[in-house]
Amino acid sequence: MGVSFIYPEFEVVRNATRCIACRVCERQCANEVHAFSEERGAMVSDEAKCVNCQRCVSLCPTRALKIVKSDCRLRENANWQDDTIKEIYKQADSGGVLLSSMGNPKPLPVYWHKILINASQVTNPPIDPLREPMETRVFLGKKPTVIRRDENGRLDCQLPPQIELAMPVMFSAMSYGSISYNAHASLARAATELGILYNTGEGGLHEDFYQYGSHTIVQVASGRFGVHEGYLNAGAAIEIKMGQGAKPGIGGHLPGEKIVEDVSRTRMIPQGTDAISPAPHHDIYSIEDLRQLVFSLKEATNYQKPVIVKVAAVHNIAAIASGIARSGADIIAIDGFRGGTGAAPTRIRDNVGIPIELALAAVDQRLRDEGIRGNVSLIAGGSIRSAADVVKAIALGADACYVATAALLALGCHLCRTCQSGKCNWGIATQRPDLVKRLNPDLGSQRLVNLMTAWRHEIMEIMGGMGINSIEALKGNRLMLRGVGLNEKELQILGISHAGE
Amino acid sequence: MIIQAKSLGYKEINDRLREADTDYTVIDCLGQRFLGAGMADRSIVMEGTPGNALGAYLNGASITVKGDAQDAVGDTMNDGRIVIHGRVGDAVGYAMRGGQIFVCGDAGYRAGIHMKAYQSKIPVMVIGGCAGSFLGEYQAGGLIVVLGLGENDRRIVGNFPCTGMHGGKMFLRSDCAEITFPQQVTAAAATVDDLAEIEAYIDEYCRLFGADKADVMDAPFTVVTPNTKSPYKRLYVAN
Repeated sequence: MGVSFIYPEFEVVRNATRCIACRVCERQCANEVHAFSEERGAMVSDEAKCVNCQRCVSLCPTRALKIVKSDCRLRENANWQDDTIKEIYKQADSGGVLLSSMGNPKPLPVYWHKILINASQVTNPPIDPLREPMETRVFLGKKPTVIRRDENGRLDCQLPPQIELAMPVMFSAMSYGSISYNAHASLARAATELGILYNTGEGGLHEDFYQYGSHTIVQVASGRFGVHEGYLNAGAAIEIKMGQGAKPGIGGHLPGEKIVEDVSRTRMIPQGTDAISPAPHHDIYSIEDLRQLVFSLKEATNYQKPVIVKVAAVHNIAAIASGIARSGADIIAIDGFRGGTGAAPTRIRDNVGIPIELALAAVDQRLRDEGIRGNVSLIAGGSIRSAADVVKAIALGADACYVATAALLALGCHLCRTCQSGKCNWGIATQRPDLVKRLNPDLGSQRLVNLMTAWRHEIMEIMGGMGINSIEALKGNRLMLRGVGLNEKELQILGISHAGE
Repeated sequence: MIIQAKSLGYKEINDRLREADTDYTVIDCLGQRFLGAGMADRSIVMEGTPGNALGAYLNGASITVKGDAQDAVGDTMNDGRIVIHGRVGDAVGYAMRGGQIFVCGDAGYRAGIHMKAYQSKIPVMVIGGCAGSFLGEYQAGGLIVVLGLGENDRRIVGNFPCTGMHGGKMFLRSDCAEITFPQQVTAAAATVDDLAEIEAYIDEYCRLFGADKADVMDAPFTVVTPNTKSPYKRLYVAN
């Protein structure tokens, strides 16, 4: 109270004529906002604890509840805005580094909004995906630069290992520990049904999910949690995480209270101990060192698995990607600065990195210029929110996209951005058994399948509209894109013309 | 089986090591990397100098090097044993969570970084000589023992040992008067009980490399343990 008091961000509005005091809201809220007052014979709320996850609103049987943003504001000031001032108060009070969740919420440019897609008119007629075959399958991995034949003239069909995807979208890395068992089960089962891949993140692979290995990317990060020979061979591909878009250049701390027994066993660390991912891999200080890790992984898996190197989109990303493409990696994943995460320091999340659109275009162009585009496939991530974003990313040069936040939304996430608390009422970013069981993997996986099936159909519609019947013909096809409201430099980096040109 | 490594690359050597035999001697190693990566249930003796990432992801195999080894020995090792009769380079035992590494002589920088443990899996690393800077950074579990044997006036460990340590134990055969430890660990003179914990590994070191146990034990030992399992808990405020 007093100097450290911050007025609650949200208000719980309860319609007294509708409320039947059934106390569902009380039971559903892990933040303990709601309570029944015997004295007043009615439900009361402590809105200071509310994170606006909408769980109570969604489950209230009489629609008596809504959560609204409080209109109690500090005096308006364009320079010192409400958030900025309150963050100062929080730090003055605690001395702590501000910790936030999910992606960058700041009003920085979303280039997808300024890129428009072409369609055929009159000539080169559109294709109707309901009537005609349309190929959305892609293969990720190193592609040969020349066609080889044996002495009898037969084609040499030996390719480096590839990942086959039924559509150019995968679920990106979210570790077991940061998200729940049921969230992982949903992702694994949906990926298998969809013919795509999900990604373990850096927390190892729970023994129950080895059965989905052919639809799994296993990740190796700086903490090397849960990495062993069996794990490396369990997946369809191995991803080395050098960085992630939400927090480029820093590591991660999964707090000890989330390292429950199952998570401890999967991560291979003691129960209750912080899982600390150092910012760098302590054995990687150069492209040559990266090459050593890439090949040690290939040796341990007998060259059967493509190796992905995931980096955050940062300044000079084209040069970095050029190095990675020469490191022996098969695939580069680039994660833009709007990418989400379970927890990241606010300042890093909001100020470090660059947009995926610019990074992707720059990398694709650089690799083409250097004649090494075929060395690697490119995966773009960092807030791919719709089928249209996917199509634009492919046309800018991506082979496939990573989605995570969209997948979490399908599972019930309401983007309240408090994953770090471990009290996710939707059973996603939590290890509390009573909360985890709220997410039913049967329903969760079905909703993910629904979402991706819808996206796949939209991708086919958009491609058909352009007169394109295969993802391969869309890849890097920047003629299909036009910019609106972009300056010369932006257009140049994106490699697209302005609308009207 | 004996493998002559002279004209072979790492891939060819590893292919041979994956064959049906379980006992191998690789002679004339000359910097080939990744030897023994991920291997289980076999015993490999190496002569010459194997290259970086020897025994990475080792999964139960036993590797003995009759000489020096280079960087990243036992990287992310899960199980098994690596015995080095000479010295090792940087980043030995990075993120290992099981098995044992015995080094007769010195180790380079960043030894035992992020070593972990869980349940019955307790990794052990014994370095007979001195260790470079950043020893045991982020140590989350397991046991690191540095003996500082041999004739030199180097400090037993370089700068910044144990930064971010939040689990496991480290034993240094020294009073550590000249060593600066970070605030989040406690460095104390090892008690008889503490020493009993490492006695079996000291015995094994002496057996492997022919050292005299009485000589080894005739020195003060310092034991380093973390003060908290959550070193960065108070670093953050929810926003």
